[in-house]
Amino acid sequence: MSTGNALSAKRVRRRRVPAALLAPAVIGLAFLILPLAGLLARAPWTELPARLAEPEMLAALRLSLLTATAATALSLLFGVPIAWLLARGEFPGRSVLRALVTVPLVLPPVVGGVALLLVFGRNGIVGSWLYERFDITIPFSTTAVVLAMTFVSMPFLVVSVEGALRGADLRFEEAAATLGAGRWTVFTHVTLPMVAPGVLAGAVLCWARALGEFGATITFAGNFPGRTQTMPLAVYLALQSDLEAAIVLSLILLAVSVIVLASLRERWTAAP
Amino acid sequence: MSAATRPEAGGSTAGLDAHLVVDRGGFRLDLRLRVEPGETVALLGPNGAGKTTALRALAGLEALSGGHLVLNGEALDRPRSRTGRMRAARGGSQIDGAADRRGVRWTPPEERRIGVVFQDYLLFPHLTAIDNVAFGPRRRGLGRAEARVLAAAWLDRVGLGDFGKRRPKQLSGGQAQRVALARALATEPALLLLDEPLAALDARTRLDTRAELHRHLTGHTGPAIVVTHDPVDALMLADRLVVIEDGRAVQEGDAESVTARPRTDYIARLVGLNLYRGKAEGHQVVLDRGTHGATPAGTATDGDASAGAAPAAEHQDVGAPDGPVVLVASDPLEGPAFAAFPPSAVALYPERPEGSPRNTWRSTVSGVHRHGDNLRVQLDGPLKAAADVTPAAAAQLRLEPGRRVWATVKASEIRTYPA
Amino acid sequence: MSTAAARITAALARTASRLPLAAALITPRRSRGAASTRARRCAATRPLAAAVALATALLALTACAPDAEEDADNTVTVFAAASLTKAFTLIADQFEEEHPRAGIVLNFGGSSTLATQITEGAPGDVFAAADETTMAGVVDAGAAADPETFARNQLVIAVPEGNPEGITGLHDLVGLLVAVCAEEVPCGAAARTAIEASGASITPSTYEPDVKATLAKLAINQVDAALVYRTDAMAAHGAVDAVEFPESDSAVNAYPIALLDEATSPNLAAEFIAHVQSDAGQAVLEAEGFQRP
Repeated sequence: MSTGNALSAKRVRRRRVPAALLAPAVIGLAFLILPLAGLLARAPWTELPARLAEPEMLAALRLSLLTATAATALSLLFGVPIAWLLARGEFPGRSVLRALVTVPLVLPPVVGGVALLLVFGRNGIVGSWLYERFDITIPFSTTAVVLAMTFVSMPFLVVSVEGALRGADLRFEEAAATLGAGRWTVFTHVTLPMVAPGVLAGAVLCWARALGEFGATITFAGNFPGRTQTMPLAVYLALQSDLEAAIVLSLILLAVSVIVLASLRERWTAAP
Repeated sequence: MSAATRPEAGGSTAGLDAHLVVDRGGFRLDLRLRVEPGETVALLGPNGAGKTTALRALAGLEALSGGHLVLNGEALDRPRSRTGRMRAARGGSQIDGAADRRGVRWTPPEERRIGVVFQDYLLFPHLTAIDNVAFGPRRRGLGRAEARVLAAAWLDRVGLGDFGKRRPKQLSGGQAQRVALARALATEPALLLLDEPLAALDARTRLDTRAELHRHLTGHTGPAIVVTHDPVDALMLADRLVVIEDGRAVQEGDAESVTARPRTDYIARLVGLNLYRGKAEGHQVVLDRGTHGATPAGTATDGDASAGAAPAAEHQDVGAPDGPVVLVASDPLEGPAFAAFPPSAVALYPERPEGSPRNTWRSTVSGVHRHGDNLRVQLDGPLKAAADVTPAAAAQLRLEPGRRVWATVKASEIRTYPA
Repeated sequence: MSTAAARITAALARTASRLPLAAALITPRRSRGAASTRARRCAATRPLAAAVALATALLALTACAPDAEEDADNTVTVFAAASLTKAFTLIADQFEEEHPRAGIVLNFGGSSTLATQITEGAPGDVFAAADETTMAGVVDAGAAADPETFARNQLVIAVPEGNPEGITGLHDLVGLLVAVCAEEVPCGAAARTAIEASGASITPSTYEPDVKATLAKLAINQVDAALVYRTDAMAAHGAVDAVEFPESDSAVNAYPIALLDEATSPNLAAEFIAHVQSDAGQAVLEAEGFQRP
């Protein structure tokens, strides 16, 4: 992530980019950026201030940011240990487990939502127990939104952190052990700080995926303004009646996420 | 700490007492080591000899397959038995394989109080120099502030008091080495291990750092072990040398005895001696057939002996057609013996010298290299040897590969000792 | 792939390219739309049928008409609201029997989504919407003219088979878990009108994006009741029971149909619209639970 010193940057700039790389890169970038430009061109800018002032819009935005952040926190809490297990653990069936962890990446999110309902729904194995024991119903709650987001976004974190852990130099951990650090201290004081860039990249991916989550959320958590209606759901419903409103909402979501991610990058990845 | 605090019955002596046996797919380390408190021992040997394995076993980063490891009377590693069958028969043990090899007495590295300075120092890149040094004291229970005070004191002692806030990336190689030393010493280790402590430094820095390191080793009250493949480091830093090859100690002793009386080709090359093995009969040593000796190739004193010595390592069978080669020495000896003489003791002549020394033989020049101010000449023939000549003499003799010369060595220059 | 299906795919892609975020959101709907697009060509129908959900699997069996013409002028592309899926499939069969040289391509989807596709330039001949507001939007955009109401649909309370909660009207829903459509879609607007008319203080658990999703919440037993169209409740074939309630009269949905301005075969399309309004067409609609206009 470090761009090196100015000297090497200058040297890199002077080096010519092969056309065989440049052409597909430009085409790819155009493919990624043009739709965004289309959105910007079509957006009714005059409507923007009014939209921003709408309480439902603000509620959806707040809910989206809150739940995506909560899902990222949950993913960190559970995903990092999973990644450690996959990277360092030695047990039979590890490759099978790794494949299973990445299932939510390929599963259509709507199916993921149904699967969550089958477990946490009011007839689900866990859901019915929670309901009978504690009178807790998860579907149609903000908790359900967070769970749905965690389900679809945690694999991004796990894959990223596992890669970082595999790349980490084990000798630093040995050095820490000779200095008196037990396994847990080694993990918290050496391993984790050293794979921090990987953890951060994973968390960012995870957060972004959670922010855009739609299918699993609408299936598992439903759509209730202020409680489970996140920005993507609001955008989708706006699309039913008002294309321009949907574009405005999308742009707001886009702008907020770009600002958050960009500032995070500056702040966290500028370190050596 | 249960294993570490239990005193070893019958062996409560200070210092390190170890018999390191590590079996690892085709390689076997079997090394007995005793290091007294305050003593520094150098483990010297070529790459792959098992030096680093020994160090890892001592630090607890690798478990012993056999033998024992006792530090200041505490058993840190003592596999119950060398054979897995016997361990399994002891019953109750549900673990097997690597875990079981740790046996009933195995203290994990974090509880050993063994300080290690690693080859690439392995300073934690995410911590500043002072936090690197404070890392150990923190783990030993000191508060953050106390540990920092201690760390600052240690940085001062290695002359880096002003560098505490730097990250490892911002330190030079020599500075990083000193921080690594301070980090290891700050834990007040019972045993100090240094793995090629100077290998990563350039020549100039190495000189300064070596002297500095020697000072700290002298100050260290516990036993210390320096692993190195550089004889100069070993000679300068250690009180005693243990030379290992293929996982075994091949020679042991203080610097003087090892350098004066090498017992293997490797050590002969390192210290720059021509070495031959044979049978002593009074003043004569009849050299073993096929062993024409190790000849120091030319760079023995600049740290990387192995590269320069490569040609000499090939034992070409050039057995003399007219019977065994015999060297004559001044000191009488009987039985299997080594004979050694320095390249500077060899004199070269274009013709057979008259009334010459006792040892004279005909040779072919096979190579000429610069060696300090002189030239080192590799001689082929019935007796392979290296000879040092001045550039002027070399020019006069027109020394070049293929040239035939006469070589002589005075009997008084040949040192013989029992094999 | 048939030209019609390709056109629809292109239209969807065009919509998606303008709306990257929305494109992701539409995905479930898009697959459903594609799956229930009833292309009159076997080659296109067969692979699609493999992906079709249970509801449309039956239809695919009858989807291959041997007398289909390659001539584009004889093909009528109909954009129809998802609630019309079964009725329009049967009506299209009737029409094709009467007009052996004609082919009907059906594209089902949420009314609003279809309206967006049409105003964004998706090629089609006929639009049948589930509510008048959506149709008015298309008319305002200048893509269609003179819509006519051809059917009405009414809300019912869908409950699990056997009606375990003993629900008889909206007031019985108070305190239960209820799924309704979001107010942005016609069935949601109708539900709101009906609930307001009843005066019952019902707090729905979720506002689903369309009527099928609303019914699905009941089908997977996450709610006690759902406010859906009678046609949808009937299409669920006994898995749910439909409870009629008087306030639904105040929220009857009118289904308008109109010829699109961009129609490539306007004459045949007009004939199809007439057929929908004929007795034969109306009989099919009634059998599916619709009411006459």
